[in-house]
Amino acid sequence: MFDMFGVIIKNLITKPATRRYPYEKREDIKGTRGSIDVNIERCIFCRLCERKCPPDAIVVNKEEKSWELDRYRCVICGECVKVCPVQCIDMNEFYAEPTFEMSKKKSVQLPKE
Amino acid sequence: MDRKTIIPFGPQHPVLPEPLHLKLVMEDEKIVEAIPAIGYVHRGLEKLTETKEFTQNVYIVERVCGICSFMHAMTYCQGMEDLMEIQIPDRARYLRVIWAELHRIHSHLLWLGLLADSFGFESLFMQLWKNREKVLDIMEETIGSRVIISANIIGGTKRDLSKEMLIKISIIIDEIAEDIKRLEPVFFNDYTVKKRLVGVGILTGEQAYELGTVGPMARASGIKQDRRMTGYAAYGELDFEPIVETNGDCYARTMVRVKEINLSIRLIKQAIAKIPAGDFSVPVKGNPTGEVIALVEQPRGEVLYYMKGNGTKFLERLRIRTPTFANIPTLLKMLPGSQLADVPVLILTIDPCISCTER
Repeated sequence: MFDMFGVIIKNLITKPATRRYPYEKREDIKGTRGSIDVNIERCIFCRLCERKCPPDAIVVNKEEKSWELDRYRCVICGECVKVCPVQCIDMNEFYAEPTFEMSKKKSVQLPKE
Repeated sequence: MDRKTIIPFGPQHPVLPEPLHLKLVMEDEKIVEAIPAIGYVHRGLEKLTETKEFTQNVYIVERVCGICSFMHAMTYCQGMEDLMEIQIPDRARYLRVIWAELHRIHSHLLWLGLLADSFGFESLFMQLWKNREKVLDIMEETIGSRVIISANIIGGTKRDLSKEMLIKISIIIDEIAEDIKRLEPVFFNDYTVKKRLVGVGILTGEQAYELGTVGPMARASGIKQDRRMTGYAAYGELDFEPIVETNGDCYARTMVRVKEINLSIRLIKQAIAKIPAGDFSVPVKGNPTGEVIALVEQPRGEVLYYMKGNGTKFLERLRIRTPTFANIPTLLKMLPGSQLADVPVLILTIDPCISCTER
């Protein structure tokens, strides 16, 4: 009957296991696969990431010089980061911010002068 | 009175994490027959694997089940490695054991929490899930994701564990072991818990054998069946015995799972002590040809993968049989004769994973 008693006492004298979230944010853990960003200026549009992406979330257009990521398809596996020959795709340790619309993240390389 | 009524149970029900529909044919409060209906979350993953490259399939098979994602990827990779005759490094085999057992701990903690919740013991549920959170934090720190961890690749693992990380893991699992030791007596001795579990849904060893029951369900009925005994990954080099109970009721199934958490903790400690140095993955060349069957012990039981390659990048067929699929006939055998109030607990003790079953 009193099996939970020890646990209750322990919980009374220790800190809560939860965090007061909006005021107290958790620090990013090193090595987390959080979100993907592209450094479009370095991209050579080789389309390797597009071919290796398991859920087909990346669309690369060589003519338009654009790189597009569908955040809602991406499973953040890190294959594109691994395969990129010029290391222009970065894995962030923070998670992506919530959004209101199902927009795709399109980056376009500006013409070089 | 012999008028029969039919009560629909599910697909939405507070105790069901996933959609399973049962038509319960009742005589007063007693069940005389149970008719199952599944098919609410079919996603066609087996077909999808035929359209992707065999290296990309690791990410698909992981999504068959969230809770035992690591084991699905492990089964697939082991099968592929057999097919392509790849010898993976010793360190990778040990790393797989560590991650697999961490997954087993978090799956069993989740299940025990859900069970506690189903018989109305909310604070026990919170205590168990507090410990599960620690395991998920280890996952995030070691491989980068919390539940679907994508640690396996064909030819080894994706990342290595540093010496400091191994020490940290053993410290955290020690903490979990201590907490489990405090919470164990609640499951084993508490009056209300025993009232809900002892003698409910008895399944004899013979019945379990005939129905092809797998995993903790079979072990709670006295069948000493554990795929880990076949020695895949590094299990052959670790010292352990499967946990077997003989009563075959809900209480025995709970006991098996609580004790399996302790077994997993012991296995991780052994693996950490024995892990050899060296590489953690080897490069893969060529395409798979031929057929293979891979078996792995999941938290819910034995999972079977059949794979057929034809020398191209794409597999010809991938067939998955998950443990819940094997355990549903057992559930239908247990339900007739029991009370309506016991149905939630009975369904939970097979640890249903309907998304797994439907793939």
